[in-house]
Amino acid sequence: MNRKPHLDEEALAELRDVMEDEFDILIQTYISDSRDRLEALRQALSDGDPDALAKAAHSFKGSSINIGAPRLGELCQIIEQAGRDGDLDTGRQSMDALEAEFATVRRLMEEALLA
Amino acid sequence: MTGPQTSLRLLIADDSSTDRLILQAILRRQGHEVLAAEDGQSAVQFYEQHQPDMVLLDVMMPGMDGMEAARRIKALAGEKLVPVIFLTSLSDAGSLAQCLDAGGDDFLPKPYNPVIIKAKLGAFDRMRRMHVTLSEQRDLIRARNEQLLQEQFIARRVFDNIAHTGCLDASSIRYHASPMSIFNGDVLLACPRPAGGMHLLLGDFTGHGLPAAIGALPLSEIFYGMTSKGFSAPDILQELNQKLTRILPTGMFCCAALVEVDFRHGAIRVWNGGLPEGYLLRTDGSREALQSRHLPLGILPPERFAASMEEYPVEPGDHILLMTDGVLEAEDAEGQQFGADRLAGVLDRPLPYLSPVDQVIQAVQSFTGGARESDDLTLLGLKVTGQDPVATHAVPAAESALAGPVRWRCSYEVDGEALGQFNPLPLLLHVCMAVAGLRQHSGDVYTLLAELYSNALEHGILQLPSAWKDGPDGFARYYAERERRLANLHGHSIRFGLEHCGRNHGGRLVIRCRDSGPGFDPNNLPGPATAYAGRGFTLIRQLSSSLTFNKQGNEAEVVYDWELTGNGGGRTEYE
Repeated sequence: MNRKPHLDEEALAELRDVMEDEFDILIQTYISDSRDRLEALRQALSDGDPDALAKAAHSFKGSSINIGAPRLGELCQIIEQAGRDGDLDTGRQSMDALEAEFATVRRLMEEALLA
Repeated sequence: MTGPQTSLRLLIADDSSTDRLILQAILRRQGHEVLAAEDGQSAVQFYEQHQPDMVLLDVMMPGMDGMEAARRIKALAGEKLVPVIFLTSLSDAGSLAQCLDAGGDDFLPKPYNPVIIKAKLGAFDRMRRMHVTLSEQRDLIRARNEQLLQEQFIARRVFDNIAHTGCLDASSIRYHASPMSIFNGDVLLACPRPAGGMHLLLGDFTGHGLPAAIGALPLSEIFYGMTSKGFSAPDILQELNQKLTRILPTGMFCCAALVEVDFRHGAIRVWNGGLPEGYLLRTDGSREALQSRHLPLGILPPERFAASMEEYPVEPGDHILLMTDGVLEAEDAEGQQFGADRLAGVLDRPLPYLSPVDQVIQAVQSFTGGARESDDLTLLGLKVTGQDPVATHAVPAAESALAGPVRWRCSYEVDGEALGQFNPLPLLLHVCMAVAGLRQHSGDVYTLLAELYSNALEHGILQLPSAWKDGPDGFARYYAERERRLANLHGHSIRFGLEHCGRNHGGRLVIRCRDSGPGFDPNNLPGPATAYAGRGFTLIRQLSSSLTFNKQGNEAEVVYDWELTGNGGGRTEYE
């Protein structure tokens, strides 16, 4: 079902170009912010708060799309929609996939930074 | 799409630090100064502190969200156009519409695309600059408009000082004019003549606004100045035409009618150049049209201008009615004009309790049905009375009323062609008015001079029988004959001798008037019913201390004694 790439290489190249020296900082900021967002998603699920779930997923979606992680963005979108629909079960079911995807993205990014 | 690269001060607000970093980097690369806020609250604060040119706001932020921040910033910006662009990964139409309702001007989707960002900022910068230019121009227009109104107000004040209403407030005069009629180019003037009677002038300058008003100033000044100095209507018309021809640009002129009203002799003289026909409305219900027979003032050079007037005998109760074309051209809701036929219908049915002016105005107003304000129509009416409606105004005595030359004499002779063409009265009056205290009595002095002069010319030299003036036919015959005899005049002259000396609280003016005619028998000096009636001797006697003639009957001597009076009243008896 998920045809989108983990990382959009073209977008990343563009970001590298735009950010120049600050590219590393951007990536590191993204990774640390994303940990907070994952935490916020888990919290919303355990609180049973679909509204908080949708908001956290929305923010995570925006920054993931912007940073060039489209597949992660798509998973965020599914959880955001689930939150809006008040469908916490679908949210919970998607969390594993989201965490796995983030781990992949994070690994790929750290590799890219070392390259 | 690429305009000149301008550096803008931009405020961005996004709670996502990566998004903020990326956008900040893109915008700085494009040469802009960027202020970054983490939430709506600090965005509003930054806006107040730094007055950025544009604001880019994330919609969903903790605390104050983007929409609320947009509302506050727009409120703070007031009239200034500060474009607000929402940064969003929202995609449903409802949310986007909500952003616009909050005062947003556009959206920028995530992920950011530098090319689109540059194009949008360029477009909004052009809009912002245009708004600045428009605001400046609007402020300029507003300032200019205020200045214009202020200037019109001042012009109106100046105009009122020069073109005061004269004797328009006399009980026998009715008029209708818009308060700002001066800026329609309409002019209404009325001035008493020193010898009694008055001049009425209704003028309508071409055009509107200040240009139309400007010509009214010299017009009024000349009209009032010359009338009070005793100049005749044709002299005034000549001067008005000459002045207006000189100062008005081509294509601008003044349609006008001037009426000289002589209550004492029961006559009016009319000159109409370009105004709709006026009317002489007689007590028996008949009316005579006072038609335009001349070009308006301000067109013809002096040598081609004709100031000839038409004379009509009038009786107490007759009405004179003058109007501008605004009366005939008043339109009803369907755009139909009031027109000459409707006007004739109104004049055919005079109402005893309503003056013709009021009657016409009421008819026009009920015709237009308030379709348009009757701003552009001006009417002037005068009811002829047996008595001069403007009693000699009390001229307050000058502080140094006895100043000026007190003892003097002079002699002034008019002969040859000048007899028919030149009016020596203003000049003679001017000489007499050098005696400050005598100015209180200018009306008497002028009347004495005028009566003596017209007796000398019309009866002494031209030998016109005054009895002809009785009846409408005789009137016309008298003046036709006067013109004919004047044209064939040779070798005649009229000499005035003036002598003045001071007395306790006044003085004595002796006027001698000698003509080159054959004279008449002064011992046979008549009562009103005789052949000499109408020569004004009765009037002269009433005004003066004495009237005597030489043996030959071609020289009259009038003694006029005057005293300073607090109220500017008439002469005193001389013992």
